[in-house]
Amino acid sequence: MTWLPDTVLDHLRQVSDIPDLTGTSYEFVRLLGRGGMSAVYLVRDRRLDREVALKVVDVPDGAEPSGELAARLGREARILAHLDHPSIVPIYDVGQLGDGRCYYTMKRVQGQRLDEWVASAPPRPARLRLFQRICEAVAFAHAHGVAHRDLKPPNIMVGRFGEALIMDWGLAKFIAAAPASVASAAPFSGDADVRAAAETVSAGPWPGVGETGAGVLLGTPAYMPPEQIRREAPRLGPQSDVYALGVILYFLLVDRVPFDGSSAGEIFEQVVRGDSKAPRHHDPTIGRPLEAICRKAMARDPAERYATAEALASDMASDLDGLAVSAYQENVLERLGRLLGRHRTLVLLVSAYLTMRLVLLFWARR
Amino acid sequence: MRNDIDNVRGPGRFPATAWSVLAGLASEDAGVRQRSFDALVAAYWKPVYKHLRLKWHLPSEDAEDVTQAFFLRAIEKDFFSDYDRSRARFRTFLRVCLDRFLANERAAAGRAKRGGEAQRLSLAFDVAEHELAAAGAVTTPEEVFDREWVRSLFSLAVEALRELCHARGKEVYYRLFERYDLADADAGRPTYRQLAEAFGLAETDVTNHLAAARRDFRRLVLEQLREITADEAEFQAEARYLLGVDAV
Repeated sequence: MTWLPDTVLDHLRQVSDIPDLTGTSYEFVRLLGRGGMSAVYLVRDRRLDREVALKVVDVPDGAEPSGELAARLGREARILAHLDHPSIVPIYDVGQLGDGRCYYTMKRVQGQRLDEWVASAPPRPARLRLFQRICEAVAFAHAHGVAHRDLKPPNIMVGRFGEALIMDWGLAKFIAAAPASVASAAPFSGDADVRAAAETVSAGPWPGVGETGAGVLLGTPAYMPPEQIRREAPRLGPQSDVYALGVILYFLLVDRVPFDGSSAGEIFEQVVRGDSKAPRHHDPTIGRPLEAICRKAMARDPAERYATAEALASDMASDLDGLAVSAYQENVLERLGRLLGRHRTLVLLVSAYLTMRLVLLFWARR
Repeated sequence: MRNDIDNVRGPGRFPATAWSVLAGLASEDAGVRQRSFDALVAAYWKPVYKHLRLKWHLPSEDAEDVTQAFFLRAIEKDFFSDYDRSRARFRTFLRVCLDRFLANERAAAGRAKRGGEAQRLSLAFDVAEHELAAAGAVTTPEEVFDREWVRSLFSLAVEALRELCHARGKEVYYRLFERYDLADADAGRPTYRQLAEAFGLAETDVTNHLAAARRDFRRLVLEQLREITADEAEFQAEARYLLGVDAV
C-alpha cells in the first residue's frame, strides 16, 4: 500500500474538496475560504491568464444543485453586478459546473479580513477612516435598493492599499423601495435601478426563489439587530445594516463585540435586551460624540437609529473633521474644546502672538 | 512484494450496509463479523501500532505483540459493544480502549500472556516501522493517532482508486493522479502542461481527468469512512475533520 507523506495528506485533503471545473475556462489553484453554505476558490482564468476568485455553493447530499442555495448565489451575483463601487468586489462571470452547481467569479481580493486587521492593532484614526469608507459603500448599496444583511468583520476585507471591500452578499436582498432620502442621494436614479435589478433577478436564468422570509433566521448572532432576532421581516431593511455597522464600529473602537456568549441563544437575549456596556466603559479615551454615534447606530428601536448608512457616514466624517455630530448634543465647554482642537494651529499662533505681545509690554514697562 | 493490507482485506472488505462495521461486529453471521473485523483492522492497525510506539515508547517487538493482542482480544471480549456514540467519536473511544488494554496487560505481566495467543494477524509491521522513521515531527500522541488514522483511510482510498481505474480501463486517470496529487510537494509537483506533454494529452484533458480521479477519490474516502463510523452525525463530523468539508 502506498505510504502517503504528510505533505501529500494535506494536499489530498485540499484537492478532494475542489469543484469540478470541467467545461469551464478555469483551472483550480487552491481553496481560499469556506463559509456555512459556500466555498471560495482561487482559480486561474486560462483565457485572460489571471487569477480570480470562484464562489460555488455547497449542496447537501441528495439535494438539487439548482435549488434554493443556487438561487441565492444567483441573486448574489446579480446584486454584485448592479453595485459598481470601489468598496464592493466586482463580479466577472457566472456559470454552471458539470455537477449542476452554479458559480460566479469575482476579483481576487488580497489583504486581511477586518478582524485580522484589527488584531494587528492599527491606530484609531486609521480604523475610523476605514469605517467611514465601509459606511459609504453600504450607503451606496442602500441607494441602489440593496441591503447586505450580514455585515460583520469576517465579511469585510482590508486591501493591500488600506481600502475596504465588502464581501459575501449571499444574504443580501433587494429592499422594496429605497427611502426617498436615499434615492435622492443616489448618484444614479435609485428607484429605477432598484426596479431594473429586481426585474432582472426574477427574469434571469437563475432558478427563482422568494426572498428570505420571516420564518427564516439567517445571519450572525452578534451582528444581528433585535428586529431580525424577533423575526420581524417587514422591518428588515437599511436600518438593519446600520445596526450591524454600529456593532462593527463598537468592535473597531474596543476590539470586542458588545454582545458575547457561549451560545447563540445567550447572545440573542442580550441583543434583544440591549444589554451592553458603553464603549467608553472599555476605553475612556473614546470621545463622547464617537460613542454617541456608535450607540445611535446600535439603538434597539430601528426608528431611533440613523435613517440611512449615509447619515451614519456623514456623522463619521464630521467627527473625523472635528465638526459637531448629529448624534451628540455637546455643551458649551465641549464645543469650545472641539473648536480649539479643530483650529489648533490657529489657536497656537494666536497664543504665541499674544504671549509675545505680553512679554514685550512687560519688558517695555521695566 | 508483500502488500501490507492484503491479509486483512478480502474482495468484500467492507460490508454492504451503512454503519455495518460496528454493527457487523455483533452480527450472528460469522462471515459478516469477519469482514467487519477486517475492515476495522485495516483502518486502525497502523494508528494503534504507532500510538504504542510513540505514546507508550514500546519497543517495536512489544508494540507488534500488543497490536495483535488488542484486536484479537477486542473481538473476543467484545470491547466495542460498550461504545456510546453520544459520548465520543469511535476513533477516540478505540484509542481509550487501547490505553486501558495496555494498562491491564502490563498489570497482568502481559508479555508472557500475550505469547499464549494462538492466532496471529498478518500485519506489515516492518512497513509501519519504516513509516515511523520517515514521519515528520511528532506533536502529541493523540495527534499522531489521528494523523495515522487519516493516513490509513487515504491510503486505502488510493488503493481502491487504483483498482477502480484499472477495472474501468482508465489507468491514465490514476497515473495522472499519482504523478500530480501523490507527488511529494518537497520533491516538486509537475505542472499540468508538463503532464500533458508527458502523457500526450491536451492540457484540458489533464484538468478533466484529474478532476474525475479526485472526485472518485473523495467518494471512496467517504465510503470507507461511512463504514467505520457509528451514525450519520459521527460520519459528518469525521468527514469534516478528514476533508474539512461537509460530506456532500
